[in-house]
Amino acid sequence: MIALLIRDMRLAFRAGGGFGLGLAFFLIVTVMVPFSVGPQSELLTTIAPGVLWLGALLACLLSLDRLLALDWEDGSLDLLATAPLPLEAVVTVKALAHWITTGLPLVLLAPVLGVLLNLAGEGYVWLVVSLAVGTPALSVIGTFGAALTVGLKRGGLLLSLLVLPLYVPTLIFGAEVARRGATGMDTATPLLMLAGITAGVIGLLPFASAAVLRVNLR
Amino acid sequence: MTLTVTNLGISRGGVPVLEGVNFVLSAGDALILRGPNGVGKTTLLRTIAGLQPPLEGSVDGAEDRVAYAAHSDGIKPTLSVTENLTFWASVFGQKGIEAALAAFDLETLADRPGGALSAGQKRRLGLARMIVTGRPIWIFDEPTVSLDTRAVGMFADAVRAHLAGGGSAIIATHIDLGLEGTVLDVTPFKARVRDIFSDEAFL
Repeated sequence: MIALLIRDMRLAFRAGGGFGLGLAFFLIVTVMVPFSVGPQSELLTTIAPGVLWLGALLACLLSLDRLLALDWEDGSLDLLATAPLPLEAVVTVKALAHWITTGLPLVLLAPVLGVLLNLAGEGYVWLVVSLAVGTPALSVIGTFGAALTVGLKRGGLLLSLLVLPLYVPTLIFGAEVARRGATGMDTATPLLMLAGITAGVIGLLPFASAAVLRVNLR
Repeated sequence: MTLTVTNLGISRGGVPVLEGVNFVLSAGDALILRGPNGVGKTTLLRTIAGLQPPLEGSVDGAEDRVAYAAHSDGIKPTLSVTENLTFWASVFGQKGIEAALAAFDLETLADRPGGALSAGQKRRLGLARMIVTGRPIWIFDEPTVSLDTRAVGMFADAVRAHLAGGGSAIIATHIDLGLEGTVLDVTPFKARVRDIFSDEAFL
């Protein structure tokens, strides 16, 4: 399993691996928002948590279609399916590698970009906490979507349509944690909901992903 | 340590292609599959490898003992030959790739990225992967595609060494590899046209 994790991360960091694609997208969105909204720092402060969360979510979505499709195209997925690793472990490790190469950098970059959006001082901690708790769910749900669309050519559009509705609860509660944190309100309820969603999808979706992958490999 | 295939029926895309396939493969044996294009050799091999469920019949003794070499080799273009092989070795819980590199004369290419290999070199790497799996039953789907005569010889030697060590192999091929083994022509097992129930029956 560790070998698969190391391989996936190595592939992501090497040329053409797609590492940085999500980060660059996130950077572009958050840099452009102040230009489009105009020089109203109060307005920016209000919308900052939501914009940062939406940017992170779309950045995560960007790299999903490569998650399993590349291994499918070169035949690695067939070979992995006959390996001693159960497919549940394969999809979990792949989701973890996706989170480490996409979600984690977003979590680390978000506070820096918060400055650009004039995020309120109390909000930084809660922004990082909400992203750290919420982005693993984005990777796991995304892996499920990638498993569903793995055999399709140009499955990216279908993948987005399937995955985005599933992302909505995470987005609502994640942005709510960041918003309440920034305005000094109590964050316990949405944070617990967010953590619950993440724990639930990590516990359940790998089995669903492995099941649809088995069907798709036939 | 035998692989037993009993009355196996298989389908591709919902259409039955082969039925009534029976054979027993013991340790040290090689089975050469022959048959025209599209008859269902690949589907048969994928079923034995456990990638798809059989329509009827059973495959016994294959679980967790099979290494499968498909048409594509699963080589990552940005990883070097060594990294590609080491990855597969550790996935199968094995160590040491030197023997596999030597068997297919890949030592001089060890540091080259997978994307810079020629078609024949890629194939050699894909076949070397079978050695690092440490699995007793090797399944090859047209292993000699894009190999030159010398590499075909290396392949035959590798399979011979595997058989001598108590392993077994199933090889679908159109050329004579010079291997001693049972030849099974799958053409007679072609599935007759039958009424299979489909979703349309409900309409």
